[in-house]
Amino acid sequence: MRLAKTALNDGHDLFNGGYSGRAAPPRPGASPFSKAGWNKQAAQKAGFFLLFMCILLTLFFLGSIVYFIFAGGGKVLTWGFLTQWPRNAMTEGGIFPALLGTFYLTLGAIIAALPLGLACAIYLCEYTPGNFALNAIRIGINNLAGVPSVVFGLFGLAVFVKFFGFGVSVLSGSLTLGILILPGIISASQEALIAVPNSLREASLALGATQWQTIRKIVLPQALPGILTGVILSVGRAAGETAPILFTAAAFYTRKYPDSPFSEVMALPYHIYALMTEGTHPRQQTAIAYGSALVLLILVLFISGTAVFIRQRQRSING
Amino acid sequence: MDNGIRMRAEGVNFYYGSRPALKDVNLDIQRSQVTSIIGPSGCGKSTFIRLLNRMNDLVPKSRLEGKILLDGEDIHAPETDVVEIRRRVGMVFQKPNPFPKSIYENIKYGLEINGLRDKSLIEQRVVESLKKAALWDEVKGRLYESALRLSGGQQQRLCIARCLAVEPEVILFDEPCASLDPISTSRIEELLMELKRDYTIVIVTHNMQQAARVSGNTAFFLLGEMVEFGRTQDIFTKPRDSRTEAYITGRFG
Repeated sequence: MRLAKTALNDGHDLFNGGYSGRAAPPRPGASPFSKAGWNKQAAQKAGFFLLFMCILLTLFFLGSIVYFIFAGGGKVLTWGFLTQWPRNAMTEGGIFPALLGTFYLTLGAIIAALPLGLACAIYLCEYTPGNFALNAIRIGINNLAGVPSVVFGLFGLAVFVKFFGFGVSVLSGSLTLGILILPGIISASQEALIAVPNSLREASLALGATQWQTIRKIVLPQALPGILTGVILSVGRAAGETAPILFTAAAFYTRKYPDSPFSEVMALPYHIYALMTEGTHPRQQTAIAYGSALVLLILVLFISGTAVFIRQRQRSING
Repeated sequence: MDNGIRMRAEGVNFYYGSRPALKDVNLDIQRSQVTSIIGPSGCGKSTFIRLLNRMNDLVPKSRLEGKILLDGEDIHAPETDVVEIRRRVGMVFQKPNPFPKSIYENIKYGLEINGLRDKSLIEQRVVESLKKAALWDEVKGRLYESALRLSGGQQQRLCIARCLAVEPEVILFDEPCASLDPISTSRIEELLMELKRDYTIVIVTHNMQQAARVSGNTAFFLLGEMVEFGRTQDIFTKPRDSRTEAYITGRFG
């Protein structure tokens, strides 16, 4: 009751004091809102138009990338292109060894990074309480994600190739790519783990499960699709990177099948780079470079598509 | 412990960071009895019940003073096995939280993590606990369907079955009917009346009628203090504290 009275008094004072000057007090019943509806509508239309133009521009760039790569490389893309070795100083033939090399490097990177990244993510999400150290680690990992890839390449050269003496090899390249994709795998896994509702953890613990049982049997299975999405996106990243394998794994040309982790290999992205910069027969080799780029593009799009598919499916199941 | 007391809180203070959530709470929970805890939102009743099976261990920067005894033993003592405490003191949560697995696997999980491997014994336990939770007749034909397809009330009874399967001695219910419709609520209440013969039950509830219907003892919490504790009948008919009276007559909360 007292509250209501105070409010009334305030209103009273306002009317006596506040409006005693030049401005006329508002007529009772008049709307305090501006009437000019036109401005609002025009701003709305202009806003939509601007946003729409931005979308068009983006689509234009995307479309032209795809167009130019198809135009340049579509001609050479045959089954033989994928399955044959390069011939005649790489002016003819296919890209089979480069495809194979990229496959080995990517596989190796995932084998190196997945267990490590997943373990880090589990530790950070499930075992450490939110505190200063945790935030510091998070910031560190995010910064790792921002390091330019050529720096990883130099690091790989110094540590894996030289210090550990693995030489220029699949092993060195895989480990370097592994470190490159590690932050991505950690943060994707962390997101997937955080998305698991706490109520499930509580339900499990309340039954007398240990934290480890809870993680292994309840949290991880639930987070798996999210983790898998992150891993697949990382595969795409690892397959497409050039700089990290430049000094650590990639060969300009090799006649040998990679028969051990210590073999050097050809790889798709480096193959493109090599043909365009160091080729001896630019006319024929440019087409092959475009063809390789096309294959790489399709490969990465296919991999990302798979990730999107898994994510959508999971959403519809949980939905 | 003597006089049929199963759990006891002795001088319990609990802090979230520096904010006190419970102030000097003393409470006896009697064997084979329903003890209900009532009070307005934020009064500390959920905090209190989550201390009874150490679920608050999971809250970072929280701190407990005082003791909580289960059969005379301090459950927060360093030599106590928290996993064993949680098996002995089961919990049913406010929102039904079945695992995204089949009905059968939901119950099997609790048995397996506690070391039961024998398949026929597991099967027997699953059926038993579903019957005890009054869910068997509704699900017996679809044990291998996802538990998420059950209705909210059925899910909550599944959670109760899951809890019963690991043979707890005390069962904590943290507002078990808060997200259920009246019919499901009355089924859960009937179930509570059944279960109190074999188990010691503590229930946190917003619903005073529910407390009056199901419990033998009632504690009233306000702003982190336990204001009054006694036989439910006495609390609701002749409360000693004026704040209790104000709350049960609906003057605040």
